[in-house]
This record gives sequence, C-alpha cells and structure tokens, in this order.
Amino acid sequence: MQRRNFLTLLFGATAALFWMPINAVATAWNRAAFETTKLNEATSSLGIIEEIASDAILINAPDKAENGAIVQIEVKSNIVNTETISILVEKNPTPLIAHFKFGHGAEPFVVTRIKMAETSDVKIIVKAGSNYFTNAKNVIVLENGCG
Amino acid sequence: MASDNMKMRAQLKGAVTEVKVLMSHPMETGRRKDDGDRLIPAHFVQLLTATLNGEPVLEAQWGTGISKNPYLTFRLYGAKVGDIIAVTWHDNLGETATQQIIVS
Repeated sequence: MQRRNFLTLLFGATAALFWMPINAVATAWNRAAFETTKLNEATSSLGIIEEIASDAILINAPDKAENGAIVQIEVKSNIVNTETISILVEKNPTPLIAHFKFGHGAEPFVVTRIKMAETSDVKIIVKAGSNYFTNAKNVIVLENGCG
Repeated sequence: MASDNMKMRAQLKGAVTEVKVLMSHPMETGRRKDDGDRLIPAHFVQLLTATLNGEPVLEAQWGTGISKNPYLTFRLYGAKVGDIIAVTWHDNLGETATQQIIVS
C-alpha cells in the first residue's frame, strides 16, 4: 500500500470513529430548524407550511418573568391525535427551543424551563395528522437570560 | 457519566403517571463569554428519549434555549405501579446519561 493511500485510510477511519457517536444523534436532530435565526425558517425546516390558530392549545407561562434565564412553560394540547409540540420564542437569537414527539400513551403535555432573551411571544405549534395548529402567549422579560 | 446526573420521580395519579426529571447540564449557548472575554463553546442537550418498559413514549429535540440544568415533566397513560420509565439524553459533544425509575 502506498503511503499516501495508507494515510488517507487512517485519517478516514479516525474521522469515522470520532464522528460516529455524534452522528447517531445528528441524524435525529433537526440542525437547520434549530440553528436558524429566523422564525419562518425554523418552521419551514420543521415541514410546516400553514398554521391554524387554535385555543385548544393551552399555554401556562408567566405574564412577567423576573429572570429570562429560567422561564417555566407548561403546554397542553387538547387537539385530537396530537403528535408533536414545538416551542418557539420569536425574539430569541435562535427561535426554536424544543420539539417534542409523543407516542404510545404519552399525553400531549409538557412542562419545561426555557431561556428568553427579551420580551416576546412564546409560540407553540402542534402537529395533528397533516395539520399544524398554533397558539401564542406573550411573556414580558425583565432581565434577559441569554448569553 | 455519574448516575446522579438526573433526578427522577414517577407517580401514578388516577389513570395518569406524571414523570418529573431534573438533569444536571450547563446548556451553554455558544454565545456567552467568560471573564477573559473568550466565547464559551456551545454545550447542550440535543436529544432526549423516554421509554416505558423499554417502549419509546417521548422523543425530544432541544436547542440551546432550554435552561441550564434542564427540567421536564411529562405524563403517560397506561403505566402501572412497578413499571420502569427510563430517560436518556445525548448532547452535542457526544456525552450521554441514562436514568431509570420505578412507577410508584
């Protein structure tokens, strides 16, 4: 084997080894949706074309958050056959916060704590069948939580 | 990673099991600077999965906007006392942690 070929092979094998554990996660993680700084690009990367406003998405979040580093958000979907719930903060540097997929007896309900850079709408998008539903709640942020 | 990375509780209330998870993770955005004005590299949980007796029930993709030391509550139908719920996370640096709890 020529030295150059050997080195190429060695480099390739090392790179494959190094990337393997991250790749397994990378395939499941929607990089385009999470890394974009634009809300409409995040939603289109999630495959969302049209959203229907819905009061059947219940959002429990504070009206005012003292500290934007920790804002507790509770989301419950009363929409039949809810498959996913996405949480977006319109004015965050990267708007998409989380994307939850429910299956096998999981209630379309989640409580989590998020970072908010400034006062913004917290936008929820629910997928049910081939339709997407949305609701939003404004949260006033007194001290920003992004660094 | 140490098994004390996650604190979990799973309680059956009527027909619903409520699972609460508190994880230990820095959740660095990659935009924060240290005292020396150097950017702290992004370090955040990207994927979280939960199973009930080995069957997947919840899959979450997260960005950098989840707060430090992530907190999560989710609810399951059809779980019984003694069932096993497991939660696993993977972060962007290839680190991972798993914790399981018995429904009480």
